[in-house]
Amino acid sequence: MGKTVKVLLAGEGGQGVQSVAQIIAEAANEEGREALYIPNFGVEQRGGVSVAYLQIGDEPIGAPKFLTGDIVIALSDRAVHRTRQYVGPQTLFVYDSSIENIEDALPANAKKILAIPALDVAKKELHPRVFNIIIMGAVVKATEVVSEADAKKAIEKKLGYKFEKNPKLRELNYKAIERGMELVARAM
Amino acid sequence: MADKPIEGEKRVFMTGNEVVAWAALAAKAEIMYGYPITPQNEIMHYWTRMAPKFGREFLQTEDELSAGFTTAGGVLAGRKAFTATAGPGNTLMQEPMSMAEAMRLPVVVVVQQRGGPSTATVIYSQQEVTMTTMGGNGEGLRVVYSTATHQELFDYTIKAFNTAWKYRFPTFVLGDGYQAKMRESLTIYDPEARGVTLLPAEAYLGKPGTPGVDRPPAQYRNTYNVEEELYEVLQGYFKDYEKMAPEIAEFDAFDTEDADLVVISHGVVSRAAKGAVKELRAAGYKVGYFRPITLRPLPVKELRALGGRTKQFLVAESANGQLARLLKEAAYGCPVEMLPMYKPGVGITTEEVVARVKEIAG
Amino acid sequence: MSVQPAMPKSWRMDTKPHKFCPGCGHGLVLKALGMAIDELGIQDRAVFGCDIGCSLLSWDFFNVDSIQTHHGRTTPVITGLKRANPNLIGIAYMGDGGGYAIGSQHLVNAAARNERITAILVNNTQYGMTGGQMAPTTLPGQKTETTPYGRDPEKTGYPVQGPEMVAAITREGSYVARGTIANLNQLKGYIKKALQNQIEGNGFSFVEVLSACPTNWRTNAEETWNMVEKEMPKFFKVGEIKVPGAGKEGQENG
Repeated sequence: MGKTVKVLLAGEGGQGVQSVAQIIAEAANEEGREALYIPNFGVEQRGGVSVAYLQIGDEPIGAPKFLTGDIVIALSDRAVHRTRQYVGPQTLFVYDSSIENIEDALPANAKKILAIPALDVAKKELHPRVFNIIIMGAVVKATEVVSEADAKKAIEKKLGYKFEKNPKLRELNYKAIERGMELVARAM
Repeated sequence: MADKPIEGEKRVFMTGNEVVAWAALAAKAEIMYGYPITPQNEIMHYWTRMAPKFGREFLQTEDELSAGFTTAGGVLAGRKAFTATAGPGNTLMQEPMSMAEAMRLPVVVVVQQRGGPSTATVIYSQQEVTMTTMGGNGEGLRVVYSTATHQELFDYTIKAFNTAWKYRFPTFVLGDGYQAKMRESLTIYDPEARGVTLLPAEAYLGKPGTPGVDRPPAQYRNTYNVEEELYEVLQGYFKDYEKMAPEIAEFDAFDTEDADLVVISHGVVSRAAKGAVKELRAAGYKVGYFRPITLRPLPVKELRALGGRTKQFLVAESANGQLARLLKEAAYGCPVEMLPMYKPGVGITTEEVVARVKEIAG
Repeated sequence: MSVQPAMPKSWRMDTKPHKFCPGCGHGLVLKALGMAIDELGIQDRAVFGCDIGCSLLSWDFFNVDSIQTHHGRTTPVITGLKRANPNLIGIAYMGDGGGYAIGSQHLVNAAARNERITAILVNNTQYGMTGGQMAPTTLPGQKTETTPYGRDPEKTGYPVQGPEMVAAITREGSYVARGTIANLNQLKGYIKKALQNQIEGNGFSFVEVLSACPTNWRTNAEETWNMVEKEMPKFFKVGEIKVPGAGKEGQENG
């Protein structure tokens, strides 16, 4: 495998960027790969944009934070503004297509920009609660840092106790992963 | 009650604060005293969840003065006691640690540095180096390990208890907010199963027998009547410290032999420095990497040798020259030029170190 | 005063005569404490902690394991010790500055947490060791080095009511009393009860002692005793304030 992949996820509190980053990091660790995840925390976190720094590779990870991400994902208007600084010529920038009037704020220097209708899919097709799992699918596809099977295994590990009570939830979450992956595949 | 907190070895993925709690359990720490302050809170959270299962104790105190002094009390009673703090809490902690130096109490303190001065940020910095190495109204009679990875956080927290109880100086594990909050993998283990001997604690006060009848009373003070009395006590302490220093000083280095410039950093910043030096070497730059693991005492001999044969040190730290001050003292008189890369209260990335070295190289 | 009993068995003879000024109250308080330790037979498991201020001079006073701490920090040191080894009998000995000013948060919180320790606080209405400055216990109008024209309660408040505060913030199980060096038998009784309360594991025990500092008060013997017996009790009521199992507040002037 190649060099360490650096992913930055940003969104509003409650959009689940931290849990997505953590689940993916744990899935990579389970695969025996090196993973490092660090949230932004502190006063900024309260009412500010929630940012997760995620790195996955085959060598021990260096500095916990980085200047430029390989993939930067912004899930809200404020998140787009907050994360522009992490974009460079090699960065894939992903944002949710429901964010309005954001075109001018999009980073001009990105290698590629993808708009994915994750929020729409969550609301209309699946369930608003699995928005973050759709995003997780999108990250999995965009980074290819973990396999779809391992991503599902990681979700099972995290939410298995809920799935036991309500097997439909498992189906819903798995569907969310798949849809997230599809959205990126299509946009690419 | 469960027997051992960790059976054999286990690969885990967790935050640094959780690592510290596991390490303290594995080191057979018996009691933690603490006061809430970010970013070390989860050390207490994990400790209070796990400690009762293994017969360990916890006391939440009214402030860090109390946390430090109760920890000293726990040590005086002959228990492996520790506390954890950060930032303004570390400031208050210096008063009890000053007493621990005066009485040679093997108190263990984990510091997760945050921004300063004042409340500043709850996030991260390396701005507690001066305070942790030289704090209090004294002479820095303490040991400070600066960790860089979760594996080290585990290893050195265990080691800190052994160093403290062997040499009887207060011992610090200096982490930071990044290490506290980030998650990465490490192997946790039962140190004894790896052949590490855990030194037993020993009571200062309350040993068996009636004082004055079966044995002299154990009486400890930190106040002396005359200048000469204090001077004499301190001379003994300095002698012990100097004897200990080469036995415990630790560092990590590579590619320094033919280097024109050596990047010196400590703690989490050394992760960026390590990556940068490797990248620069691959690009043909004659750079080296040096990282003191003990900030107090520093690996002085190695630093001076390095300072004698290297043209430039680039000191990279998330503080305004706190590590550099220690290095300048250690390398005093060496011909090496020291260049700053100071980012107080802000993280340093691999890319930034690479860019700075290239800028210096011209 | 009644007949002087012999020196307590728990005193360390080779450090006597002690280091306190002539007429100082500490010797009397420590005599009462020594007698209480003797009578309870706890010399082998008592740990005596003393503060900074004149109380520090007692660090080698007893044939009891002892620890001299920092100003105001004896309460947490003894708390930590007791938590780590509950078999020990922890005694935190301090002055009014240590207990009510610089270490007041420790006193308040140890009391509120019902720490199983015994705190003895010697009230001599000023800071002795540092040369007679105003303390939280300085009487209205009393001249000190930092209130050279007398303490003005409008500007610096009234004397702290320590035992009353401790009684107010502790629950059933704590023992709180105020004794005086003017009644040594009574004082010994209070200290003994306070230690007994710890031995039984009931809760926090606190005894304030009205004491004398003729050196900084600049008083002769008669004036000194007038201060201790007449002036101080106007603000500081002697007696038991809280007694476990009493069902109600203890008897005043008991």
